[in-house]
Parts: sequence; structure tokens; C-alpha cells
Amino acid sequence: MRAYLPDYSFHRAKTLTEAFSQLEAGAKPFAGGTDIMVLLDAGALPPDNYFDILAIKELQGIRSTKKALSLGALTTYSEIRNHKLIQSNFPILCASAREVGAIAIQNRGTIGGNIANSSPAADLPPGLLVYEAQINLISKRGLRTLDYTKFHLGYKKNELQKDELIHSITLKPEFQKHHHFWRKVGSRRSQAISKTMIAALAKVNRKRIEDIRIALGSVAPTAVRCLEVETFLKGKILSPSTILEAKKILSRDLHPIDDIRSTGKYRLIVSQNMLEEFLCGIG
Amino acid sequence: MTWVGKSALRKEGDSKLRGQAKYIDDISLSGMMHGITVRSPIARGLLKKIEYLPGVNWDEFITVTAKDIPGNNYVALIKKDQPYLVDEKINHPEEPILLLAHSNKHILEKARSLIKFHIESLPPVFTLEEAIKQDPIIWGTNNTFKSYAIDRGDVESAFKDAHILLEGTYETGAQEQLYIEPNGVIAIANEKEGVTIWGSMQCPYYVHKALVPLFNLPPEKIRVVQAETGGGFGGKEEYPSVISGHAALLSWKAKRPVKIIYDRMEDMVATTKRHPSKTRIKTAFDKNHKLIALDIDFTIDGGAYATLSSVVLSRGTLHASGPYFSSNIKIRSRALATNTPPHGAFRGFGAPQSLFAIEKHMEFCARELKLDPVKFRKLNFIKHGEILGCGQLVKEKIKLNSVVEKALIESDFHKKRKAFVKTNKNSPIKKGIGLAVFMHGAGFTGSGETFLASIAAVKATPEGKIEILTSNTEIGQGTNTIFSQMAADALNIDFSDIEVVQPDTAHVPNSGPTVASRTCMIVGKLVEQASKDLKQKLISAQLLKEKYTRKEFISACKKYIKEIGELKGSSQYKAPSHIVWDEQKYQGDAYGTYAWAAYVAETSTDTRTFETTVDKFWAVQEVGKVINPLLAKGQIIGGVAQGIGYALYEEVIWKEGRMANNKMSNYIMPTTLDVPEIEVHFLELPYSYGGGGSKGLGELPLDGPSPAILNAMEHALKITLRQIPMTPEKLMAQMEEINK
Ligand SMILES: Cc1cc2nc3c(=O)[nH]c(=O)nc-3n(C[C@H](O)[C@H](O)[C@H](O)COP(=O)(O)OP(=O)(O)OC[C@H]3O[C@@H](n4cnc5c(N)ncnc54)[C@H](O)[C@@H]3O)c2cc1C
Repeated sequence: MRAYLPDYSFHRAKTLTEAFSQLEAGAKPFAGGTDIMVLLDAGALPPDNYFDILAIKELQGIRSTKKALSLGALTTYSEIRNHKLIQSNFPILCASAREVGAIAIQNRGTIGGNIANSSPAADLPPGLLVYEAQINLISKRGLRTLDYTKFHLGYKKNELQKDELIHSITLKPEFQKHHHFWRKVGSRRSQAISKTMIAALAKVNRKRIEDIRIALGSVAPTAVRCLEVETFLKGKILSPSTILEAKKILSRDLHPIDDIRSTGKYRLIVSQNMLEEFLCGIG
Repeated sequence: MTWVGKSALRKEGDSKLRGQAKYIDDISLSGMMHGITVRSPIARGLLKKIEYLPGVNWDEFITVTAKDIPGNNYVALIKKDQPYLVDEKINHPEEPILLLAHSNKHILEKARSLIKFHIESLPPVFTLEEAIKQDPIIWGTNNTFKSYAIDRGDVESAFKDAHILLEGTYETGAQEQLYIEPNGVIAIANEKEGVTIWGSMQCPYYVHKALVPLFNLPPEKIRVVQAETGGGFGGKEEYPSVISGHAALLSWKAKRPVKIIYDRMEDMVATTKRHPSKTRIKTAFDKNHKLIALDIDFTIDGGAYATLSSVVLSRGTLHASGPYFSSNIKIRSRALATNTPPHGAFRGFGAPQSLFAIEKHMEFCARELKLDPVKFRKLNFIKHGEILGCGQLVKEKIKLNSVVEKALIESDFHKKRKAFVKTNKNSPIKKGIGLAVFMHGAGFTGSGETFLASIAAVKATPEGKIEILTSNTEIGQGTNTIFSQMAADALNIDFSDIEVVQPDTAHVPNSGPTVASRTCMIVGKLVEQASKDLKQKLISAQLLKEKYTRKEFISACKKYIKEIGELKGSSQYKAPSHIVWDEQKYQGDAYGTYAWAAYVAETSTDTRTFETTVDKFWAVQEVGKVINPLLAKGQIIGGVAQGIGYALYEEVIWKEGRMANNKMSNYIMPTTLDVPEIEVHFLELPYSYGGGGSKGLGELPLDGPSPAILNAMEHALKITLRQIPMTPEKLMAQMEEINK
């Protein structure tokens, strides 16, 4: 542990009201701690005041109504993996949750933390982008709802204001007729941070693509919807040449970089190949 | 009943399983302080000044710099070039400059950030190419720690007469040992009591040897005790001498016990790794595809100081021609200096590097010659009565062909080799199967064992139990268990009658370091002989007949101690007469014996993501007598997993001579999900000079996997691969190159 612990403080907020006053005092939320503790151990977490939000009822659990499914910010990967309705309606979220870290992290890490941390390599955002989720933010001022596509603003930057918490994610189960595709390419089969990943949905009617949504992660400062490729493919009948063209267009939506985990070139080529794999599977 | 050959349960297994075993960080002494090491931020330069910035009360801290060293500022090993603490010259990133101690472990981290070094930087050397250019010279007169030359026959004229010449260059990367428990020690040092160290280590007497000049104390004033050790893999062969010295220096000044425990990041960034290597091989074949000349140039990166590089280089050189015969051989090898932390011992010790090169090269030659890789190898295998690359006549029977046959049958090699070619055609996932054949010499190289002249002892307790006294450490590989099995058989008593004494230089003789599989083969034999010596004393004292029961033995021991006194047997190593090594000419019987192995890997490569997984692995080896089948199998399986990491995953990323990915999240070690089923088969040809008839086996699983895996990938992808780790990024680049 490289951090000097007396420079930090830690409290538990039991209610939203307590949380709001913590936020007001400048303290930072601490959910599963699986992102925060890594920084703390490495001595890379700036000294600060933290408050645990795990006990706050309003942020817990998965709620379903006929029209929508709501995932509290504190929903863990394990809860996502094991939830029947998510398995049947949003299989990409189950598939991606299943590949996060390993079981211990899946039991502890939360969807709210994954989103708030705003790492481009986070595994849930691409799925949330293609399912066109909505994100609900809560503060003393009340609840506000945003399209998830609008939430991430740049590398480690997002819409969350200093006085806000992520409250929940809302999903509409309207993809029963779609193909759902997820592939994560990490450096090994578990405990791997993604080098690139793709979440994709498509509805195909008599070989023609009626609806298609593609999102990638780890290839730009935030997870990205590949709108140019989607526009190009919509209404098309798949052929080897359309697939080739789609791969070319994809490179315009991505800005992969070289870093300690991989190279920009690898990320680009593999992303293109995953797109091809997806398209071949629906054609 | 005999114990050798049975899967006796680990002696210390119970206490480890119950969490009762005490590792160094479980131990706390009264008044103990914690120590940390403040290290160089740059690769090369001159230290001008150390500044202590405000923010903590510096009076509360013990600080130690080179000026506080009571004796000599070098880590005694082979050369005296490595300082304990930078005096002026900095030669690698993370080089220790300053030591701090405080009773509050956490405030040390704050203090660390308040140290400022004023350094004038000097131009560094980071690659083998730069080291060869000698611009600048960073070590000695030519950046060379050591070089070797082997010449036999006439390579030049054989090349002229050759039917075909084939050449290739092969590269291997650094590898981190990644023992579960990082380095750590506790020291008590003061003028009155001398220096005592408890620590996680492989070789207590290496630490002992290093502390004598550091403190200028007589040897009997230095005591080194091994605590329970959570793995070593070579990484705790020489490095514990450094951390022990540091803790002792702090304790000397503080006059209190001091504990230093590295965290994972420090352990990865600052301690030794496997030597990176580059090998160029030229081969000549006659028209029957017999190897007639072999020209090998083998270079390893030693890092900033000599440490063990000369010995690592030696083992690599002596294994460089692999299990093949050629009457004309030329080998040139060298260990070079670069401004990175010193590379060091790691399971296999130079052999995995040179064996990778030769096994990859033979595969390449088979393909170029359009020959079956198995037939081609068999044609060129060394045989009984022929001379190995190092100049050693093969005097013992070898079962190389049976080892290979077993591997081929168990893996269904030939059938799969054909079948995959067909199934690969219409699949983005390409399967392959590949073979590697190799040998490994156990024990110290050449006259090494003679120089060590190891001693082992056994002693009876007043209760009639037998204690084994050696300095060989249990580091997870089974020392305690196999020694007990061997002693039980030598004394014809029960496994439970034997206890292995904690290695403590105040109580155990110097039986040499715990490295190179010498514990089982060399020291095991000494334990047997010491046991027989003890038994003979009982017989001579007429307390025991030649034939006896366990009960009779125990009461004889008790009686001896009561009536005569201490009952101890001991034995010192003497080289068997069949081992002759000429150090001057650097040739002869490099090793007393060799273990022989054939490994097969079955792989899948996804051509969309360039990821390769090993689907199944077969490890077949002849290792003399297998002392404990379960432990032996565990050694091979664990080693193969480590070998898979070496081949495909584990890449040290160097930035300015510093490991940039010093975390387990970005230094990619394979997980259980990445390691396939590993089938282990042993063939036994007992070696009469080895403990229980054993040869060595611990290094084999680091030698074989990387060439076998890359050979499988080549079979699948029809390309030539010449470097490890073969990460997806590198494979993609290679495949692009070919498609151009
Ligand atoms: C070994 C290991 C493996 C991992 N593997 C993966 C992986 O494969 N894929 C992946 O995507 N991630 C992985 N992670 C990262 C991490 O587990 C996830 O990002 C996780 O979802 C973070 O959630 P948490 O609850 O633990 O967040 P915390 O660490 O508690 O918080 C993370 C950040 O989010 C903020 N925050 C948390 N909750 C809220 C909220 N409700 N409102 C506002 N802000 C909030 C915190 O202030 C903090 O800044 C791994 C981590 C570890 C340690």
C-alpha cells in the first residue's frame, strides 16, 4: 500500500440525504471500490474524503416493469449475469458482465462505478450504447435523465456534476427480434482489460438490414457508437463487398492509440475483423 | 516399505493449508521498524545531492546512504561491481540510493515522495545492439561481462562442402518470476550481536557470503535463517542478498530490528528477470540431411551488473546445440551490459533461451528441406557414444527415441498434423500441433559442484527422530518431502520419523544453493550418504545389526545418545570419476547427466484477433527415478504454465531501461482459463549418482513449451516465427509482413 492512509477519510452514507451532504462537503462516492482501491494501493489516488454508498437503498437492485428495466447504480456484475430478464432481453450485458475481471470483482464491482469511472476500456458502456439506455442522475436538486449516448464527454470526462450521483440505468426491452453480438479482446481469458470490444445489434428482414447498431470500446477516448457504419449498412443486403466497405468506414469512427496494453494498429484491424465476424454471422 | 517413488504428502503441507505457516511478513519483533528503499528515477548518471524536502519530521527517520556502510559497498557474488547503495554512479533505473526506516510503515510512503535526488544524467545503453557498438562503454572495457568460445572440427570447410546452408536469428524476451510472495526480510544488526537475517530466500549461504564484507564481520557473526518462502523460481537466488543487506544496514544504524517487504510493483520493477537473448544459428547439411556443421552466436542481456550472468551464459552456451549431433561446431557467446536492472536466475538459467533457438531452427530447417519434422530430428539426434555440443561424450544409455515416441503416440501427433491442415481450410481458427525435443543438465555446470563441495548432515534426536540438516530450502518445490523420503529409505525407517530442520546458517552445514535441480539430485544423494553414515555409526557401536526393524533403530538411536553422545552422520560431495571438465578449454562433461524430453503443444490461432491459445499439452520426459510422482507432476504442470506465459503472454515492456508494466494487471501472466489440460508422462532411467536415482526435472518445463507452441503455430499458419513472447500484436505484424 503506497498511500498514506491518515491523509484519507472514509464514512458510510446510509441515506441519499446523507450522501448529498457528503457531496456538498466535497467528499467522493465509493461503491465497490474496485477502481478506487487499485489507485490507492499504487499511491495514485489523491488524498481525499470518501463516503461509502453501498447501503443506500435507492441505488440498489434491479427493478422491472412491463415497459422498462431499471438497474440501480449499485447493481453488481454478478447480479447482471444472473438476472433472467437481462439474460433474455439484453444478452450483451450478461456476456460483458461475465467477462469482467473474475468472480470476486464481479461480486463487488458496480455498474455505476464502471460508468462513473469513465475509462474507455470499461466493458459495460458499449452494450449500454447499442441498447440506447438512459441514465438517471440524482442530486439534492432532483432526478434528471439523459440519453446514455450523451453521458460520456471525453477521456475520463462525463456529465456527472459535483453534487450528483448516478442513480440508475433504464433499459427498454425492444430488441427481441435482433441479433445480439458481443466480443471482447483482452490480453487473456480472465482478469483482462479490453484491448478492443464490440457490442452490436441488428435486425435483418429477408437478408436486408432493417436496423443496426454498433459500438466499440477501448478504441477512442470514450466508448463509441459507429454511426457512419450504421448509416452505410442500414437498408443494405450483405455481400462481401459491403462488408469490406463497412470495415473501411469503421476506421473513420475509431481513434485507437498505442499504449501499454496494445497498439493502435492492432486495435483498428481487430475491430474491423470483429465487425466482419458480426456481419458474417447475421447475413 | 520404500518411500522413494511414492507420492508422500508434503511435510509442510498441513501448516500451509491451515494458514499456520509463518512467512516473513507474518513475523513481527518488538521494537521493529519498517524500511523502504528509495531508488533512482533514471537509467544512468551521477548522483550530486540528496535533498530532504519538508513535510515530515525527518528526525524520526533512520536514513542510510552509501556513506553509512560499515564495510565494503559491494554485493559479494561473483564480481564486486554491484554496490549496495549508489555512491555516485547510477547504472540502472530503480537502483537503490537511500534507505529509510520508521516505526510507522505508512508514513514512509509520504517520506519517499519528499526525497529529491539531484542527478546529472549520462548517456545510457538499452539494447544489445547499442551494447555491442560500445557507444558509450558502461561496464568494463567493452560492455562484456563474459564470453565463451567452443570450437570442434572445422566449421568453415564443412560449410564449403555442404549440400545446403540454412540460417536464422531467434529472440527471447525478459520474464518475471512472479513468485506468490514478494521479496522480504527482517534484520537485527548491531556491533554486539552481529547480523541476523530472517527472510524469504533460496540460498541462505549466498546471503551469508554477501553480508560478511558488507559489515566487515567474521563469518560467525553473521546468521541467516530462511523463513517459509512463497516461491522463488530463481528470483530469490541472488536478490535476497541485496534486500538483506539493506535491512541490516538500517538495523545497524537504528539499533532496532528492521523489516523490509517489497510490494508487487517494487518487486517487479526493481528485482531480477530472465535474461533477454538473441541467437543467430547457421547450419550446414549434407545431401542426406545430416547436420554437418553448426555455427551459433548466442548473446544475452545481463543488465547493469555482472551478478550471475556469466553462469547463466555458460548454461545457455552448453545447451545451445540441443539434443543434436554435429562433428563440426562453433559457438560464440557473450553476456552484455545494458542500463537496466540486472537480469538474473530464473528456472532454466540460460537454457530456455538457447534451446528455444535451436528447436525453432531445426523446425525451420525441416520445413525448408521439406522433411517431416520428427524424422528430420531423429536423423540428427545425439546417440550413445557421440559427442554433445559442449564436448561431452554420451556415456550413459539414452532413451531419447522412446521419449519422442511416447509424446507422439499420446498426442496422436501425426494424425492431427494431417487433419488440421484440412479443417483449417474453411475456418478462421487455425489449429496446429508442434513438437520440441530437448535435454537439460542438472546440478552446477562443469566443476561447479566440486568447488561447492557441499555438505549435508543428519542427526538423531533424543526421542529417536532423525533430523536432516542442509541449507537447501523448501520453496514450494518439495525439498522437505523428497529429502525425508530418501532418508527414510536409506535408514529403513518411516517417513514420519524424519524432520527437516529450518535452514539456518548457525545450525546447518553449507550444502550449496537451492538451484538447478541440484537439491534432489546432488544434495539428495548427500542426504542418503549421511543417513548411511549415521546408520554405520550405530552398527559400529554394536547397537544395531545389518538387518533391523524401525523399532530397533529408534531404540538404538536413543541408546547411542544416552551412552555415547551426539549421533550425527554427514557426507561431502565428491565428483564421480566419470565427470571430467576442463575449465581452461571450456569443454568436457558439462553435467553429470541429462534429463531428456519431448513436448507437444496443440494450439488454436484466431486469425481475426491473432490470439493463440494452447488447447492441450503433452510433456514427456526421462528424469531418472521419479522420487515423488505427485510433486513431480505438479512441478511439470506449473512449469509448463510458466512456459506458456513465456511463449505467448508475458512481455516486459521497457521504457528507458525500466519495466513500464510492473503490475499484474498489465504484465500478462496466463490465468487458469488460459492454461489447458497438461498431460505429464515420465520415463525412468535411474541415475546412480543422483539422490534416489533422480536426475533433475524442474527446468524442463521452461525449456520445452515455447518452441513446441511456436512450432504448432507455424504448422497452423504456415509462417516462420522466431521470437517470444509471440503476442497477438507481434503475430499480426508478422502475418501482415508475409501478406505484403
Ligand atoms: C482485478 C480487477 C479487474 C477488473 N476487470 C475489469 C474488466 O474486465 N472490465 C471493466 O470494465 N472493469 C474492470 N475492472 C474495473 C472495475 O471493477 C469496474 O470499473 C467496476 O465496475 C467499478 O465499480 P466500483 O463499484 O467498484 O467502483 P468504485 O471503485 O467504487 O468507483 C469508481 C469511480 O466511480 C465513482 N462512483 C461509483 N459509484 C458512483 C455513483 N453511483 N455515482 C457517482 N459516482 C460513482 C467513484 O467515485 C469512483 O470515481 C477491474 C478491476 C479490478 C480491480
